[in-house]
Amino acid sequence: MASGSVADQEGQVMLLGFWFSAFVKRVEWALKLKGIEYDYVEEDLANKSTLLLTSNPIHKKVPVLIHNGNPIAESLVIIEYIDETWKQNTILPQDPYERAMARFWANFIEQKVTEPIREALVSQGEQQEKKVKELKEAMEVVEGEAKAKLNDKTLFFGGGNGVGYVDIVLGWTCNWMETIEEVGGFKVLDPESQPQFHKWMANVREVPFIKTTLEPKEKLVEFFRMVRQDRLGLVANK
Amino acid sequence: MVIAAVEMAEEIILLDFWPSMFGMKVRIALTEKGLKYERREENLLNKSPLLLEMNPIHKKVPVLIHNGKPICESQIIVQYIDEVWKDKSPLLPSDPYERAKARFWADYIDKKVWERLHLLGGKLWRTKGEEQEAGKKEYIEYLKLLEEELGDKPYFGGENFGFVDLTLMPYFSWLHVFEIATKFSIEVECPKLITWSKRCMERESVSTSLPDHQKLYGFFLQLKKWHGIE
Repeated sequence: MASGSVADQEGQVMLLGFWFSAFVKRVEWALKLKGIEYDYVEEDLANKSTLLLTSNPIHKKVPVLIHNGNPIAESLVIIEYIDETWKQNTILPQDPYERAMARFWANFIEQKVTEPIREALVSQGEQQEKKVKELKEAMEVVEGEAKAKLNDKTLFFGGGNGVGYVDIVLGWTCNWMETIEEVGGFKVLDPESQPQFHKWMANVREVPFIKTTLEPKEKLVEFFRMVRQDRLGLVANK
Repeated sequence: MVIAAVEMAEEIILLDFWPSMFGMKVRIALTEKGLKYERREENLLNKSPLLLEMNPIHKKVPVLIHNGKPICESQIIVQYIDEVWKDKSPLLPSDPYERAKARFWADYIDKKVWERLHLLGGKLWRTKGEEQEAGKKEYIEYLKLLEEELGDKPYFGGENFGFVDLTLMPYFSWLHVFEIATKFSIEVECPKLITWSKRCMERESVSTSLPDHQKLYGFFLQLKKWHGIE
């Protein structure tokens, strides 16, 4: 990291992250979409840096974006910040109503897909079944939205051929969902009842700046297996 | 024949429920902007066809219907209001970093403070003595972070009333109810928040959007009865 005068720091962008975190990847996708250069700092979950703890004292979590020395936390807040600060390649729609719709879907995804799948990962039995049921219902809504918005000409929720806000927010599903299903021992994804969604996931995987960031599945499985076992206090089961 | 241009009237309808903290936020935002709107009271036990049509996914209030188009989720509605009627009383700061901070704190309030208030509410209903005391203590810890963030500023955003202020004020109505119910006061631990809440109440947008404390307390007692709690 460059030391020296404040002028040297002008425009400096730093991202604190964990390799396995889908929330961190979202921010990376937003930065890459805009063509923004950034320094990536890999944090140690068991030994968080002073920088992380002082930049995000409230939640002590990644991702944290530090721009010109100013820290911003929470992936969705960071993405909006990025979109408002760098004007090229817009992420959110310009029209206020369309923006509200994009934010609505991002919120829906967080509440009904992202949160429950994390809970399903670290639960079992009846508790897990409840979450899986919630997830299946949510996926019906997602498939409905995919059917309504996507076709052969419109590959992404962002419209046209470019990814937008909703794609970035939901994009983690293209890699992490199967991983968490495998580790958690449940199934939510179903190509038969979710054909449009599966088409969308396949397209997301091929977006060049997303493709290069996807971690190998085995590596993610190993990591999340550890997380699940740790939370459930289970014995290693090969 | 000259046909005079007719200005399209803005039609703003708010589907609401008077004790809802989320509804209160939107009322404050609309009033800050000086907007005329029609408030429709929903019966949550018998939701109107309009509500079910306008918010089919969550079936919740508040829903803003602007010229026939629905917007749901209070934080999203408030930002929409700010972006459409941007020439008057900005609710969010113009600087992107300040906006990010405002969104961060609004998110914190909605998740952590709401969660804790909900749990506290549950604890106040169902527990007594030590457990209740522990619940109150936890809640204060979360509020203290807000007290720190406010510091000596008149409002969370600085000189001007805004997004974070209108997000937090509705919780204070409910906090007041719990204070009456359990003789629990945050005055000692969070004096700055108390001063801030009084300052906010002096604004017409806030005082006309928040329900009367006694009325809200009455509603709280009703809820208790329905849940069979003494």
